[in-house]
Amino acid sequence: MRREAFWRDPAILVYPAIAFLVIGFVIPLTWFFVATLSEIGGPSAILGQVVSIASSRAVVSALITTNWIALLVTALTLLAGYPIAYYLSTGNRLRFTLVLFCIVVPYFTSVIVRTYSWMVLLGRNGVINQALLSLGVIDAPLPLLYNKLGVVIGMTYVLLPYMILTLYAAMKAIDPSYMRAGLALGASRTYAFRRIYLPLSAHGAISGSLIVFILAIGFFITPALMGGPSDVMIAMLIERSVEIMLDWQGAAIMSLLLLALTLVLFAIYYRVTDVRRMMGA
Amino acid sequence: MPERSSRVLPIYVAAACFVLLAPIVIVCVISFGGDGYLKFPPDSFSLKWFAAFFGDSRWRQSLISSALIALIACVISTVIGFLAAYALVRAEMRAKKFILSLMLMPIIVPTVITAIAMYFLTAKFGLVGNMLWIGFCHAIIALPIVLLILLSALQGVDPNLERAALGLGASRLRVFFKVVIPIAWPGVVSAALFAYLASFDELIISLFLAGARAQTLPVRIWNSLHLDIEPTIAAAATFLIALTGAILIADGAVRWLRGRSVGSTQP
Repeated sequence: MRREAFWRDPAILVYPAIAFLVIGFVIPLTWFFVATLSEIGGPSAILGQVVSIASSRAVVSALITTNWIALLVTALTLLAGYPIAYYLSTGNRLRFTLVLFCIVVPYFTSVIVRTYSWMVLLGRNGVINQALLSLGVIDAPLPLLYNKLGVVIGMTYVLLPYMILTLYAAMKAIDPSYMRAGLALGASRTYAFRRIYLPLSAHGAISGSLIVFILAIGFFITPALMGGPSDVMIAMLIERSVEIMLDWQGAAIMSLLLLALTLVLFAIYYRVTDVRRMMGA
Repeated sequence: MPERSSRVLPIYVAAACFVLLAPIVIVCVISFGGDGYLKFPPDSFSLKWFAAFFGDSRWRQSLISSALIALIACVISTVIGFLAAYALVRAEMRAKKFILSLMLMPIIVPTVITAIAMYFLTAKFGLVGNMLWIGFCHAIIALPIVLLILLSALQGVDPNLERAALGLGASRLRVFFKVVIPIAWPGVVSAALFAYLASFDELIISLFLAGARAQTLPVRIWNSLHLDIEPTIAAAATFLIALTGAILIADGAVRWLRGRSVGSTQP
């Protein structure tokens, strides 16, 4: 009889997933923070340590670099992605399939492979420098890799599909008859686009920017491989303090800062978006 | 869009598509090069970097580790994710959106933080290099992907079919295996494929948890990239690209089959 009741309400089937996440995700994170921070001492000692680490030169400079790169990458993906998403939402079936293919293949390719591909292209003896040298456009190889430019190119490439798919999901929901009505009432195409389409798609642009920014501030692989010695993002600093300096407390405090920033942004994202549509699923 | 752009837009999109695909295509071409270093286009073609890749026992070992870990992660996340997606679609639940957001957290929280927290525990329990445990941890990262795919797949299953089966006296368990799974299987296969891929490609968690014993393919690539951009890595990268391609093709085939079967049952 009890087993029958067990199967009557399907809500019960969500519990394995919750238990799994608690054991594999919530407990490790909580344990990590509690264990490392409690070693520092009482609440006031912890707060003092947080303030001193958060205001240390390395962390401040990493936070500035992180936010600056993330902002730049967000703006670039939005600018580059908006016309592509627009094209996707208006094109016929064949064009749609072709363009989607070009987005989905990199989207599902491993981040390390995509980063490596750009290292091959941008390196001192890379494909781009070789081509420019042999064409006589430049006399010496351009410094494209191991600096901020390399990081921004690599991250924009990796994150562009997220932006396009989010924008596309929003644009697909725009009723084309609004634009037709605007045009029929005598608006020019530019005017109708600016006054009708742009405001209607702004929602998708905000969602896309938020998700790209959230992912960008936590980025590790691409900046670690493509950046120069001065382009240290916060996630790299966290990794280094554990791997090289074995400074668990420092890592925990920096993680807490990054986590807080991420969760605040996700809370905003949560309010403006339907999470079920996340990443254009 | 403005008039002028009716010509500009397709050109821009074509250029963008070129930039999106070019890096991946170039790496594939370079990996078949016959020169001693990375050159594009290669002067000659050979399979020597693939011979070096598959001939090296460390690269081979990393392939086996990745395949096993991904299998574990795929099974765990697909089973648990399927049950959860079913519950989220069918059950009356308050806080549904909240529960879903909680489950998506593993892709929102920066992986470096998750990986370090997992490493902290893993080191305490002496589980560094344990493939079963790494698979379990990868399943955490794969779960949100499984969930997003299955939520949209299960939304396409008509609840009336289940009500009918229940009304005719079938138990919930029987309905599950005889009605829900047969209808939703293409979504389940897609979810499993992408969960496998997510784990196979995962680098940051493996970097911390793998130790020397269970180095996965991405970890091997990472370590080699810090030494030198050797062409063997191009072969390894091409292998990962081929895996992605195979999974996308398999997913497309599954969707196509589903589309056909739906088409044939409708009048």
